[in-house]
Amino acid sequence: MATEIKMPQLGESVHEGTLGRWLKQTGDTVAKYEPLVEVITDKVNVEMPSPYAGVLEQIVVQEGQTVTAGTVIATIRESGAPARAGAQPAASRPQAPQPQAGPRPAAPQPAPMPSSASPASAQAGPAVSAQAGAAARGRESLRLTPLVRRLAEEHRLSTQDLEQIPGTGTDGRITKDDVQRYLASRGGAGGPSAAPARGPMTGPAETAAAAAATQAAFKPAAAPPGTATERGAAPARAAGDEVRPLSALRKTIAERMARSKREIPHAYGVVEVDVTALVRHRETHKAVWRLREGVNITLTAFIVRAVSRALRDVPVVNASFTPDGVLCRHAVNIGIGVAIPDGLIVPVIKDADQKSVAGLGRDLEGLSVRARAGKLTLDDVSGGTFTITNPGVFGSVFSMPVINYPQAAILSTDAVVRRPVVLGEGIAIREIMHLGLGFDHRAFDGAVAMQFLNHIKRQLESFSPTGDSPEF
Amino acid sequence: MAEKRYLDAIHDGLHEEMARDERIVVLGEDVGRKGGVFGVTEGLYEAFGEARVLDTPLAESTIVGVALGMSVNGLLPVPEIQFADFIHPAFDQILSEVARLRYRSNNDYECPMTIRVPWGGGVHGALYHSQSIEAFYAHIPGLKIVAPGTPADAKGLLKAAIRDPDPVIYLEHKKLYRSIRGDVPDGDHVVPIGPAVVRRPGRDLSIFAYGLMLHETLAAAETLSREGVEAEVVDIRTIKPLDAETILASVERTNRALIVHEDNRFAGFGAEIAAMIAEEGFRFLDAPPTRLGGPDVPGVPFSTPLENWFMLDAEKIAAAARNVVAY
Repeated sequence: MATEIKMPQLGESVHEGTLGRWLKQTGDTVAKYEPLVEVITDKVNVEMPSPYAGVLEQIVVQEGQTVTAGTVIATIRESGAPARAGAQPAASRPQAPQPQAGPRPAAPQPAPMPSSASPASAQAGPAVSAQAGAAARGRESLRLTPLVRRLAEEHRLSTQDLEQIPGTGTDGRITKDDVQRYLASRGGAGGPSAAPARGPMTGPAETAAAAAATQAAFKPAAAPPGTATERGAAPARAAGDEVRPLSALRKTIAERMARSKREIPHAYGVVEVDVTALVRHRETHKAVWRLREGVNITLTAFIVRAVSRALRDVPVVNASFTPDGVLCRHAVNIGIGVAIPDGLIVPVIKDADQKSVAGLGRDLEGLSVRARAGKLTLDDVSGGTFTITNPGVFGSVFSMPVINYPQAAILSTDAVVRRPVVLGEGIAIREIMHLGLGFDHRAFDGAVAMQFLNHIKRQLESFSPTGDSPEF
Repeated sequence: MAEKRYLDAIHDGLHEEMARDERIVVLGEDVGRKGGVFGVTEGLYEAFGEARVLDTPLAESTIVGVALGMSVNGLLPVPEIQFADFIHPAFDQILSEVARLRYRSNNDYECPMTIRVPWGGGVHGALYHSQSIEAFYAHIPGLKIVAPGTPADAKGLLKAAIRDPDPVIYLEHKKLYRSIRGDVPDGDHVVPIGPAVVRRPGRDLSIFAYGLMLHETLAAAETLSREGVEAEVVDIRTIKPLDAETILASVERTNRALIVHEDNRFAGFGAEIAAMIAEEGFRFLDAPPTRLGGPDVPGVPFSTPLENWFMLDAEKIAAAARNVVAY
């Protein structure tokens, strides 16, 4: 028999409160008076003690929600009360792993007013729609086919991860396609700094089309385990403030950015590169290349070429830090940050070190077209070993990008600026760009970072192609 | 290459084999002077004489028993059981003698007979002219069973069966005789006993079928394709030995399996395929391996609406496929 826990009235003139962090999760045992949840009012922040002892049955109001005093915020199964019949898996279902130590709350519902039907129906048994299926799944065993379980093993998805995946099969079952969509949304987004774009070709208008299509590929992912506990109390709201709800894409980006910064000690190195020869060569011949190769070869293509050579020569940069050692990748798969409305995505050029500048130009264009059309496949966004971001397109002259977890480094290319510089004993006007490397200081140190950057700088500054070829 | 009816392909295969090897003897009810009740053996009596094309008494046990005697005396008999429904008096001969002769004699004797058996419903044959029998005989070790669904396979598998030194039950679907045409390669076209074949590649589920159901399944696949479901259709064509490799490779590709046969569902041959997929293809499955079979009633009805209720068709197969895909 579930006992209701209600929002208390915290002061004489205080009639509502906002929930901060839940200190207990569904399935946890709660002692009487043990702190249950943080409550924030405009006068006071408190930890609310549980009025009852038992097992927290269901969280009805989520973190960040504001409700009036007296509203049911959770239900608790008091010690000694019998377990709910609906929570037991049916014998005829295919075997599924029991959730570990109490399931996490299901995907946060946007409108969790306690009178809503969905929490109640979730307790009755398997719900019919996928949404209700997500709510129900936090309560009963997951129904996983052998194939889905195998995918979960291969991709190291925990039970908590599986519970976040919305199921499109009958009764909200997670299908193979659901898992693959989830993996694509996890692997695709995340990484570099504020507004990376691929190059001059990608303008805001062109990337706008990507939004709906790309977002359709991302099923709503719940707030992942890390952020909820990390975030602490949400700031109190003042009049006129507006909360912009997080899209699935933003949630994923938020999770990955936070994780990257939390786990990787970032350090930065920057070089200044004189790309005058390269820029002039490109200006002169880009029309011919477009005709001959059928593609607009951007500056980025040249940079990717130089970077891939540098990655081969300094393999510790093409790597991932692990407690067992720095995992140096054999393949050179370079991800390119692409801005899309409300976020970004990082399609990957596989085996970039084996491609010519023209080939890279083609790959870049192909990936950009697919990114804009929302047609990137799981393969397109996975397997990256290094990432390049290009905030220069938006005018940034100096940037400090966030590493695309779990890689060891990320390169940012800033704007090419015509500047007066010292050349020999005089002053000349040259095309100057900054290249910045954000790197995992556990994997290597500044000396290696600079070695890598200088390798690229040397290639780009000593640019001397033959004839009108883009190759160097 | 020539386009032939299923029946002609069988006829031509028989004729060619009898011309090629004078040890081959055809025997059965009405096979000689009448040329068979369906016309499959037409002209053989005239071509090869009464010593090689025998009209037998109406006694199936005798037909098979005599054929067994022929086998151990240097002949290659191709006995016919006029309708699968009549084979059961010969069950004892088949189980107790034919299937175990080599095993029990430690290779001293062998039984190279091919038993031709017209089978299946949809021809208003009612209870005694519509039966499927593959489930009963697949259970017997020592027998091979084939069920071609196309004219090319009908000819090719017949030749392979006749040339096989061990007993083969050759199931020819009577509804396909005159309703199915197909290209049959010229010359000595032999299809090996054993391998199944993917008739239609797909992505969303694998449907396994044989005989008449192969064609109903292909039609269902077309319907499903228009709904965005791409079914892979696999023609089992050899019941035993079962081609597990092709079946599992298909399930690995599509992650779902539907097995279709017109025989009664309970303990039908589909159960063996489903069990095999569940045991050996467990990790491929995103849905339970599912069987679609005929209703578990003691016979195919005579009345047209009842026969239509009994027989599986493209619509029923498509409906079952949709359920599997939606799991």
